[in-house]
Amino acid sequence: MLNFSLDARRGNFHLRVECAFASDWTVIFGPSGAGKSTLLRLLAGLDRPTRGRIALDQRALTETAISLHLPPGHRRTALVAQQPALFPHLSVAANVAYGLRSLDRATRSARVEEMLALAGATDLAARRPQDLSGGEAQRVALARALAPAPRLLLLDEPFSALDGVASDALLERLQLWLKENQVQAVMATHDVTDALATSAEVLLLREGRLTALGPAAQVLAAERERIALRLKAPGN
Amino acid sequence: MKSLGIRAPERYSVTELMDWQALALSLRLATVTTAILLAIAVPLAAVLVLGRSRWLAALEALATLPMVLPPTVLGFFLLVLLGPRTAVGRGITALLGHPLAFSFNGLVVGSVIYSLPFAVQPLVAGFASVDTALVDAARLLGAGPVRLVSSILVPLARRSLLAAIVLSFLHTIGEFGVVLMLGGDIPGSTRTLSIVLYDQVENFDYAAANRTAAILLGMSVVALAFIYSNAHRHGSAHRA
Repeated sequence: MLNFSLDARRGNFHLRVECAFASDWTVIFGPSGAGKSTLLRLLAGLDRPTRGRIALDQRALTETAISLHLPPGHRRTALVAQQPALFPHLSVAANVAYGLRSLDRATRSARVEEMLALAGATDLAARRPQDLSGGEAQRVALARALAPAPRLLLLDEPFSALDGVASDALLERLQLWLKENQVQAVMATHDVTDALATSAEVLLLREGRLTALGPAAQVLAAERERIALRLKAPGN
Repeated sequence: MKSLGIRAPERYSVTELMDWQALALSLRLATVTTAILLAIAVPLAAVLVLGRSRWLAALEALATLPMVLPPTVLGFFLLVLLGPRTAVGRGITALLGHPLAFSFNGLVVGSVIYSLPFAVQPLVAGFASVDTALVDAARLLGAGPVRLVSSILVPLARRSLLAAIVLSFLHTIGEFGVVLMLGGDIPGSTRTLSIVLYDQVENFDYAAANRTAAILLGMSVVALAFIYSNAHRHGSAHRA
């Protein structure tokens, strides 16, 4: 279970959220600039909050009161961003193996194969990142993030370059794998269909504040109603 | 120099052999200096690019200072620091059994300090040009500072590394003020090509001076041609 209470400032932007995610799959939904990526970076440990606490399964990852901040690689947390950020000087297989240094060679190879198969990228193993399409690169980035067996997977619009059918198939396979391996996932998106497709718990984020949390259909219906009312209001 | 009592006029009949001895010494000095500089400059540049301390600006200014400091001033400071009048100089003498000034090791110390910005600056530029998303990805996958630098920053900034190596090497080869102040003019020990050139001109031996200057010029041209051809090849590969 992931819970956090965070206060972070980035220039004029102020993020202040307090939440607990019990669901295996939670969607952070909100328009661009709502603070979704900022929140994911804080959860991943890439940025530090001004104040706050992040705990995963009762284990504190960040706690500013006692100056605790585990480095990103020590939090058992993976982040797949919209930009795949594959290492351009390494092959696809070497990219996926990057986080597996502690494993022996045979185990590492097997793990790389397993992750590439999960992401539907087995035939890409020998390729270089610059030879991949956007969708292929996103598949490889997902395989690389999952390889070290994280406990928490953070997804920031991860399948934006995949077409709908491919994205749905991958999402279905991924959700099954996460469930089997007891990995909690948090996905940020501004796409309603992505949010609904996973039939998950949805956190609604607007201007750095949590405005709703609940089942996807319920939260998104309320949001649709609010937007409709705003559009009908005098002056629009 | 004369007041230091090091230079003997009879040593200044420069022969072909002396040129080669000075060349070998210059190459040795440049090689040792470059190796030490890389060991210092790579982690220093990484700290300057990736670090978050408020002292980084001061550290960068300190690392750049030798670039704007007159070489003779730097040489003078080092001469005083490493001499018998300071605790540092006395400590080093006690440790090594001889003073660092007017020795090859003293030249190495001076050269490392003097050429530090020429190694650090290209590396800082190269490391800073690496996409921060790649650095974040490596950190998320468990890379610590050493692995981050060795497996991501250095391979992706290899042209900057090459530039740092070549610039450090050439800058050391052509160094004059620091060498003269700190090393004097001892054949086989501190007499580098630049000192030889100075001596040749002072002795009106222009033919020999031409040869020495040509060697120094040739090394610079070849090295720069190497850097630029490498950059062009890389640029063409990217455009292709």
